[in-house]
This record gives sequence, C-alpha cells and structure tokens, in this order.
Amino acid sequence: MSKSLLVISRQAPWSGPSAREALDIVLAGGAFDLPIGLLFMDDGVFQLAPHQNAKAVQQKDLSANLQALGLFGIDDVFACRHSLAARGLTRPTDAQPLSNDAIAQLIDRYDQVITL
Amino acid sequence: MKFAIALYSAAHAPSSRRALLFAQAALAGGHEIVRLFFYQDGVYSASNTIVAPQDEQDIARQWREFVSQHQLDGVVCIAAALRRGVLNSEEATRYQRSAINLDAPWALSGLGQLHDAIQAADRLICFGGP
Repeated sequence: MSKSLLVISRQAPWSGPSAREALDIVLAGGAFDLPIGLLFMDDGVFQLAPHQNAKAVQQKDLSANLQALGLFGIDDVFACRHSLAARGLTRPTDAQPLSNDAIAQLIDRYDQVITL
Repeated sequence: MKFAIALYSAAHAPSSRRALLFAQAALAGGHEIVRLFFYQDGVYSASNTIVAPQDEQDIARQWREFVSQHQLDGVVCIAAALRRGVLNSEEATRYQRSAINLDAPWALSGLGQLHDAIQAADRLICFGGP
C-alpha cells in the first residue's frame, strides 16, 4: 500500500512561489494516484479567499490550480479554522475547516508530512 | 532505517548545514539515504557558482563532495531550479543561457522523484523552508 502524504501549505498566494510549489507537490502526487491530503494553515488560508484579483499584483491566479485538485483525485482538502477566523475568512471555498484538535488527529493519520 | 531528505533552503541558510550534518550522521550511524531532494530555495544549495569567503564554510561544495563520496542519489527539482536560474549544461543550452551552475553529482528531475523517495523511505526528513 502506498504511503500517505499530508502537505501543509502556510504561505499566501502572492508571497512568492511557495504556495504554488506546495500545490505542485500535491498535484504531482495526485497524478501518481498517491493518497495525498492538503491542509491550509496560517497565511496559507489566503489561497482560499474568494474573488481574488491576482492580476492587480501582476501574479498568476493560483485559484484555478486549486480547482484542478478534484481532477487529480485530491479530495482531502482542509483548512485551519483558527487561521481562517484570525484573517476574517468566514466562508472559504473548497476546503473543510478543522479545529486545532482535529488538525492534530489529521497529522497523526498521515505517514509523512511536508510543511511549506 | 531508510531516509529521504528534502531541503528547501539555500547553502547560506543554517538549515542547509543542518541537513548536511544530519545526512552525514545518518550514514555514519549505518542508515541509508534513498535520495536527497532539493526543492524551492534548496536548489541554491546545489549551485556550483557559490564563492564562500575563505573564513566561512562552503556548504554547497561540502554537499557536492558528500554526495560524490557516498555516490548518493542527489536530485534537484527542475521546475524550482529553472525558476531560480540553477541550470545544468543541457538546460542552459535549451533556454540559451550563458551560465551553467549545476553538474555532477546532481541530477535535475521532477517532483515524481520526491514522491518516489517518500514511498521508498521509512522516514522523510525535511529541512528549511519559507
């Protein structure tokens, strides 16, 4: 059986290539049919903000790549509820909000964890 | 134990040195390193154009010597490397760039190599990051 991997994405989408590169790990794993989870924490939850205008900061829109997660078989997508609330994001798109306790259990469930 | 080691920071970062010390200790302890995977700014740790001051450690050179000496599988992510201008001769030719700052023992390859290493290893150990 394949080892499972949880990727914790902690950077805002406009703060450099980190958010994109974390997502690339997830999509590559999905392409290989590996069991992958994705958790947005800290500023990473900004990737889930609705109505982003990436062009205004001369960036490419990352949210289109997030839409591709389902196509790559990535269904386990989570967000830290505390991080969302701290940033005023009450209605994130496409991620299941988790409490701190639930996040601890989530990390425990996966064989390997990458935090970027 | 079989380790996969991922590095996300440049040679001048303390975490690059820590990763090297960990890798050396792992081999000294009789463990196996299935692959080193340099990602994000970790690609700079494989650059061969770094010039360290004489009274400072040249971590990129130490990495190179360590990987060569133990004939390890040292992979640098190609997408992360291209974005940061870390090129081997093949990529420099392909994109018509004048500088070549990556060569043996390092290989440029894709993220599949990271996933492959994770599957093959007992533990993935990550160093550095944003």
